[in-house]
Amino acid sequence: MSDVVLDVQNLRVEFPTRKGVLTAVDDISLQIRRGEILGMVGESGAGKSMTGMSILGLLEPPGRIAAGTIHLSGDRIDNLDDRAMQVVRGRRIGAIFQDPLTSLNPLFRVGDQLVETIRLHTDLDKSAARARAKELMREVGIPAVEERIDSYPHQFSGGMRQRIVIALALCAEPELIVADEPTTALDVSIQAQITALLKRLCRERGTAVMLVTHDMGVIAETADRVAVMYAGRLAEVGAVDDVVRRPKHPYTAGLMGSIPSLRKEVEELQMIPGSMPRLNAIPQGCAFNPRCAHAGPRCRSEVPKIAREETTGAACWLAQTGTEDQGEAA
Amino acid sequence: MTLRPNAILEVDALERRFDVSAPWLNRLIERKPRKTLRAVDGVDFIIQRGQTLALVGESGCGKSTIAKLVTGLHAPSGGSIRFHGDRDRLQMIFQDPFASLNPRWRVARIIAEPLRTLKPDTPEAEVSARVDELLRTVGLAPADGLKFPHEFSGGQRQRISIARALAGEPEFLVCDEPTSALDVSVQAQVLNLMKRLQKEMELTYLFISHDLSVVRHMADVIAVMYLGRIVEIQPTADLFANPLHPYTRLLLDTIPDLEAPRRDRSPMGGEVPSPVSPPSGCSFHPRCPLAFDRCKTERPQRRAQVHNRRVACFAAEEGTPDVQ
Repeated sequence: MSDVVLDVQNLRVEFPTRKGVLTAVDDISLQIRRGEILGMVGESGAGKSMTGMSILGLLEPPGRIAAGTIHLSGDRIDNLDDRAMQVVRGRRIGAIFQDPLTSLNPLFRVGDQLVETIRLHTDLDKSAARARAKELMREVGIPAVEERIDSYPHQFSGGMRQRIVIALALCAEPELIVADEPTTALDVSIQAQITALLKRLCRERGTAVMLVTHDMGVIAETADRVAVMYAGRLAEVGAVDDVVRRPKHPYTAGLMGSIPSLRKEVEELQMIPGSMPRLNAIPQGCAFNPRCAHAGPRCRSEVPKIAREETTGAACWLAQTGTEDQGEAA
Repeated sequence: MTLRPNAILEVDALERRFDVSAPWLNRLIERKPRKTLRAVDGVDFIIQRGQTLALVGESGCGKSTIAKLVTGLHAPSGGSIRFHGDRDRLQMIFQDPFASLNPRWRVARIIAEPLRTLKPDTPEAEVSARVDELLRTVGLAPADGLKFPHEFSGGQRQRISIARALAGEPEFLVCDEPTSALDVSVQAQVLNLMKRLQKEMELTYLFISHDLSVVRHMADVIAVMYLGRIVEIQPTADLFANPLHPYTRLLLDTIPDLEAPRRDRSPMGGEVPSPVSPPSGCSFHPRCPLAFDRCKTERPQRRAQVHNRRVACFAAEEGTPDVQ
């Protein structure tokens, strides 16, 4: 299929430590198409950011891609050297991180930062680049661009700073944007403005977006498809409606049940007993089996997988085979 | 305000100002005036014994300052806080379970600290028995008392904070964003624990959060804050069924709804103005779809018709046509 922008196959990220090799991302395959927003959710340590970072080529050593391939519109990018990757990053992949203050240089005017980035990735001259910078600032919804272009990052509010970061990510018209917790540091009303902006840009420009967040609400609101991660593995993939309303994996179901509802009164929230295993103590078989109410013998010995070519599915023996199932897994 | 028989905390016209002026020399040379930030600007509410009152609002609305005023970490600049209970039985749970526990102390010592401070005569055997009991109450094992905080996950650390708060046998707990640093599945465990403890020990909570879904789950009464003021206060079910203030409505409309994914919303425009120079009149008027001339000049007062059910809005008062 030609409109696949990002194609990750059997990705495995390892961290060699003194006490042995830790697997932070374990055999993950996913695809994002043109104009599609894929949400990556999971709790802290599930490996969602690590997946994003390996796509950006920004894994901190000693972390390394141990297996698998990453293709960007057909070109393999996981084996590029640092220089080549630097060109890809910025020109073909844009990045948006959680804290807009750390993504902007506090000593330079935002306009200059935009112009520098535009000139690095295109052959526009200085005045054309400045015109382009203004255009981008307008596009991300910054008011009074003529005055604001010469302001410093600290003169902007958190929401406005995040808009500048988005403008920076858009400088070279990338095919893919990796947004890692882009709204986590923002208040709800500003968060809604930023997710609406991401959605609009994605729709208008056909950019593919990987939206990494722990916030199921943001995913439900923004993403077309969701990938749920647990202990470095993919637990469930599917259309946002299906995953949110009819989760197949018991972990996803538990996760959804543990979020307090805005609509109904519940005496007690659903709980998943225990906590996610540490990377050095991932149980045999399905990583979720010790916390799963429906786990059977097969779950304790064999790792369930989502077939690589599937765009929806759950890595769960019960959901896949329907055996040992005590009713609906929810 | 009349004293209500069952009220445990009465807050009346509470104010807290902070001096955020430039240093003296700068003011002299640059001829800059003094600047004050009104973090809390005339707030009143009452909490009934055994209930939970929640303060919600976006960052900078003054909700955490109120927590500090109630616990005595800040002194009020004006107004009064009357606590009809034993001051020693007021405890606090903080947001960050990593910063609020001493990393060099073993958990048992952390939990025993309020006991040893408040009741120094307690025999050592009794203290350690009580610590074991508290650990079990919050779902940890007595053996965990020998460990250090870094050996625990975020959720477990928040359980330790709760155990420490319970050590002083409190009747009133101030909880400032107790689950904001936690993952949702862990948040559910902590919220359930807090609800259970409230029932078992007849605790009263002042619960501070920015998360409306959490607040809905926990609170009996919700006060919505904007720029240092309470714009609306209502019992939880009523607030969700019939929000009166335009800010509350916009807030409710802004939060992602899991029951209706892929909703296209029109997000609230604008941002929270700086509390150093708040807008005139009703401080929400620049963002308000219902604002009219009176809102720009006059500050709406919350009419105390019914206790804990008030709104500070001219549009709501005068029955201007609904936004929805």
